[in-house]
Amino acid sequence: MRARWAWTLTVIILVGILFSYTQDELRTTSVLSFSLRVAIPLIIAAMVGLVCERSGVINIGIEGQLLMSAFAGFFGAALTGSLILGTLFGIGTGLIMGAVFATGAVAWKMDQIISGTIINIIATGLTSFFYAQGKTLPASTPVVAIPYLKDLPLVGPVLFNNGLFTYAAIIIVIFLQIMLFLTIWGMRTRAVGENPSSADTSGINVQRTRFINVTLAGGLAGVAGAYLSIEAAGTFERGFTAGRGFTALAIMIFGAWNPVGAFAAALFFGLTQGVASQLQADEVIDIPPQFINMLPFVLTIVLLAVVAGRVRPPAAVGKPYEKD
Amino acid sequence: MSSDGPAQTDLGFTDPNPTLGPKYGRVKGVAIPIVSVFLAFAVGGILIYFQGVNPLTAYRVLFESALGDSDGYLRVMQKSTPLIFTGLAVVVGLRVGLFNIGAQGQLTVAAIGAAWAGYNFDLPAIIHLPFALGFGMLCGAAWASIAGVLRAYRNVSEVITTIMLNSIAIALVDYLASRPFKEPDQPLSRTPLVSDSAVFATFGSIPSGFVIALIVSLFFGWFLIRTTEGFRFNTVGLNPNAARYAGISVKRTVVLAMAVSGALAGMGGAVETMGVVGRFEPGFNAGLGFDGITIALLARANPIATIPAAILVGILRTGANSLQFETGIEPEVVDVILALTLLFVAAPIVSRYIFRINAKRKSKSGAKS
Repeated sequence: MRARWAWTLTVIILVGILFSYTQDELRTTSVLSFSLRVAIPLIIAAMVGLVCERSGVINIGIEGQLLMSAFAGFFGAALTGSLILGTLFGIGTGLIMGAVFATGAVAWKMDQIISGTIINIIATGLTSFFYAQGKTLPASTPVVAIPYLKDLPLVGPVLFNNGLFTYAAIIIVIFLQIMLFLTIWGMRTRAVGENPSSADTSGINVQRTRFINVTLAGGLAGVAGAYLSIEAAGTFERGFTAGRGFTALAIMIFGAWNPVGAFAAALFFGLTQGVASQLQADEVIDIPPQFINMLPFVLTIVLLAVVAGRVRPPAAVGKPYEKD
Repeated sequence: MSSDGPAQTDLGFTDPNPTLGPKYGRVKGVAIPIVSVFLAFAVGGILIYFQGVNPLTAYRVLFESALGDSDGYLRVMQKSTPLIFTGLAVVVGLRVGLFNIGAQGQLTVAAIGAAWAGYNFDLPAIIHLPFALGFGMLCGAAWASIAGVLRAYRNVSEVITTIMLNSIAIALVDYLASRPFKEPDQPLSRTPLVSDSAVFATFGSIPSGFVIALIVSLFFGWFLIRTTEGFRFNTVGLNPNAARYAGISVKRTVVLAMAVSGALAGMGGAVETMGVVGRFEPGFNAGLGFDGITIALLARANPIATIPAAILVGILRTGANSLQFETGIEPEVVDVILALTLLFVAAPIVSRYIFRINAKRKSKSGAKS
């Protein structure tokens, strides 16, 4: 049932985009590129939440993981003078934060929400304390145009003329979709998230599966964090992840815990912001800028209220596993 | 266990290890936060040391500037007042199994509401004070109720909604303070000063807001333990299914608790606006809501214990600025110390590794396995 209205919405949006493209090629392309840039970190961060929740762990600490890895990525790149090293620092930090969260939420069986909140508060504290002004990146990230594909109308300039992180995000989504539903790892992960007792009975190590998945998901948060500071912003400010880690959770829910679904949800989310900014810039609508800033957050709440009850989370999510 | 919604929050205010006896549990309840604070200061000291400053000097500066003279005491009390309220707001939520991360937003919305009610009307103080305070609380309660209703009736996680409502509140008050509620003929985005009839006075060196905060904490210490409604709150928090079988409306309790929680955070914002700042300025109260989470967990969801926890945080926050002025250390070191405190309190690090020896001794000396 839900799928039907999701498809209807998708078709309406696609027709709208095509129509707008026939009217104003340049502006449509720029709005779509903007939307994609908004969506990319949300997509990767939503994959973090997705891998965790599919394994039965609510990760409310994505925000903190993003913040720490954005911090490590930026200052790593600024200090070593290498974007690649910076990115690796970011991913490494994400993995460490993932392991720290897994230690609390999985190994110690602490309340998952409290563990995540602690991650967020620690990340805010550490990144504010060690923040230094006046650092710059050694270079800006390269834009890689994909031959032939980039010449396609509309999708060419929007999709195939981007930084490497954008392609990485798309590959991650497809990869996870395949991994989750077509591999043994995916089957075990879903089993652990849906019915850990049965999984345990059939010989899957529930605690180990959860620990590994939550840690690896932290590495994904590292990719998203590094994207934010190294590619998207080219800088780091205190608290500059601005709630994306939480929005990502909403996107994951809106995408029904499905990688491709979350990808579509994030694009929709990005598109609303792209359109709103463009309308504001063109002075079509005169809304105070504060209301434009509010939009993603209001939209998150509305989306959650709308889809609640229509989608079902993994059954064992949020509960530390206790052997019977 | 329950099929509806995420698992309940385990607060740690019930003794996880009942075989050790109730008295031991109580001792642990007090000892863990204290040990955690000391550990956090120790680790924070290492950070300070690596910044090239003697940690003992830094901590002396921190505490002397907060507790060195009557001026310091006054500032500590002013700083602690909203923290007691946001701590209580989180405590009330935790009791019902709700994690109210939105105390910040509720406080901010209430602060501008109280400021508006304070400057826009000219009433005798006896009416104006409760009116402005009440209006602020109402704003906070309404803001939190959005999350409460969505949680109760749509099963939307209050954690995400309250966080989103924080961000919306920041943008909303920024708009209100820069457009409709703005002080006229003046470049800054801020409301006019509240009328004298809506100011919480400072008697001698005791701000009346601080006294109100103490009374409200004591009231909730009584309310949560001695009243029927408080019993409902606790029952829903401990086991919503059992509560349902006992005839308690879980939905109603969730909405009510969220509204009470928001009203408490709102009271913090209103009291600070009316007693300390005198008007609303965006950004002046940043971080108070998040400190509330630390305070509530440090107090192990006990309303009366929020008082010492909030005062501790108040001292650190008051001293933080002098720290930068006198030693050059970033005031954010306080954030790190508070985060570490929270980690040590909530994670079983302290209880597991420090109390393990104690527990072993207990179990050897006769207590059954």
